[in-house]
Amino acid sequence: MNVAAPDQPVVEVREVSYRIGGRAIFDGLSLQARRGEITAVLGPSGTGKTTLLRLIMGAIRPTSGQVQVFGQDVARLDRSGLFALRRRVGMLFQNGALMSDLDVFENVAFPLRAHTRLPEPLLRRLVLMKLQAVGLRGAAERMPAELSGGMARRVALARAIVMDPELLIYDEPFVGLDPISLGVILRLIQSLNATLGITSIVVTHDVHEISRIAHESYLLSGGKVAAAGRPAELTAADSPVVNQFMNGLPDGPVPFHVPAPDYREQLLGRY
Amino acid sequence: MGGGLDALSGALLKAGRVALFLMRILGQCLPSLATPRFLVMQVYNAGARSLIIVMLCGLFVGMVLGLQGYDLLQRFGSESALGVAAALGLVKELGPVITALLFAGRAGTSLASEIGLMRATDQLTAMEMMAVDPVRRVVAPRFLGGVIAMPLLTAIFDAVGIFGAQLIGVGLLGVESGSFWSQMQSAVERRDINEGLIKSLCFGLACSLMAVYEGYHSEPTAEGVGLATTRTVVTSAVLTLVLDYILTAAFLS
Repeated sequence: MNVAAPDQPVVEVREVSYRIGGRAIFDGLSLQARRGEITAVLGPSGTGKTTLLRLIMGAIRPTSGQVQVFGQDVARLDRSGLFALRRRVGMLFQNGALMSDLDVFENVAFPLRAHTRLPEPLLRRLVLMKLQAVGLRGAAERMPAELSGGMARRVALARAIVMDPELLIYDEPFVGLDPISLGVILRLIQSLNATLGITSIVVTHDVHEISRIAHESYLLSGGKVAAAGRPAELTAADSPVVNQFMNGLPDGPVPFHVPAPDYREQLLGRY
Repeated sequence: MGGGLDALSGALLKAGRVALFLMRILGQCLPSLATPRFLVMQVYNAGARSLIIVMLCGLFVGMVLGLQGYDLLQRFGSESALGVAAALGLVKELGPVITALLFAGRAGTSLASEIGLMRATDQLTAMEMMAVDPVRRVVAPRFLGGVIAMPLLTAIFDAVGIFGAQLIGVGLLGVESGSFWSQMQSAVERRDINEGLIKSLCFGLACSLMAVYEGYHSEPTAEGVGLATTRTVVTSAVLTLVLDYILTAAFLS
């Protein structure tokens, strides 16, 4: 196994450009996630945050530049290399992405059954421990359709950590949650990071929530990193883009209006 | 002219994609057998759950054959051949074709929409990210389940259909029971049965393949899943009838 040096970042994105259909999603993007830290990737909708995750997981390849995970160049791995890498990474999807034909217990057991040959009693204990960690041991026999959005995400989190990953990636973990569920997820992200030492990357646009727990934040805009630093530094930055995003201003460098012909002319029917 | 060419090249392109996907599935069929539980579940889903509709339709098709066959045969004074006519018609032609059409409508749509929904809700992507090949875990067992279920369903359709023809011919129209069965027994040969069996296997392959292909490649939206289901039924039905002609011609030559 390729073990990276302790001070080497777990994920390093170097000068990455990614174009699709002539449109540049990223243009010289660089960022890194250090071991044992929570790294937040912030940005308005449509800045390619999910694309970044796909690049890190090797689902797509950068047009140019390099993505390294655990010191390995992701784009150079073949399918089996990629699968070996993914076993060390847990990923939490926006909507949980639980298997709809399996109950909660089997969903959490899914990666274990696929990749290990653990005896059933041990597997059962492991799954119950992970469910206990997210507070859902009592829901083990429910089907995904019987769970609330927040609960489904917690089950997905239990599934994401069941293989004891070294890196955990969260795709918009706070979207559509009520304040209680949101608080629960936030606390879980923090405690998983603190107690298990898991390196975490959280992609989100919920600035205030993530600022409470992130060690390092990157704000993406226009295919680049617009600002980086500790959350407090970001809030204090005087760049207009950063200011607009951090303070939720409706208009600014990210315009309120989609480009359109002159309003008056169009209403008068001259356009 | 240009439109026709475009349509043709589009169809060829799709045929190529489907063929590549089939190769990928076939490569994962053996590994997927490592957990036979999944396959058994899929044979149950595709087969047992289509049983009622297949039996019901088989009964009515057989009864219609009884009526029409009797009407035709009695003009030549050979109504005692009703058993042979019904059995050959069902085993060689109607059984495999109608079962395939019913399968496309019942099991094919449910396969396509199930896999399409898994795509739309990121379940397939999640498997990829957990280093599990969704073609092995989701697609291959469903494909194999369909291929296995189709000949079984066809056999049941044939049997129920013959019973229906007997019900009408012997029970209602007064064909002699002895000649109905004995003529059938002496005239229907092993190769007729084989023809039906091979047809139903081919249809099972085509219908299951189209269902899993459309589902797996559907757009990840509600609309996309709906479209995939529609396309599954349409292509499966067309493929079944075209294949049926080709296979019949091959068997008769």
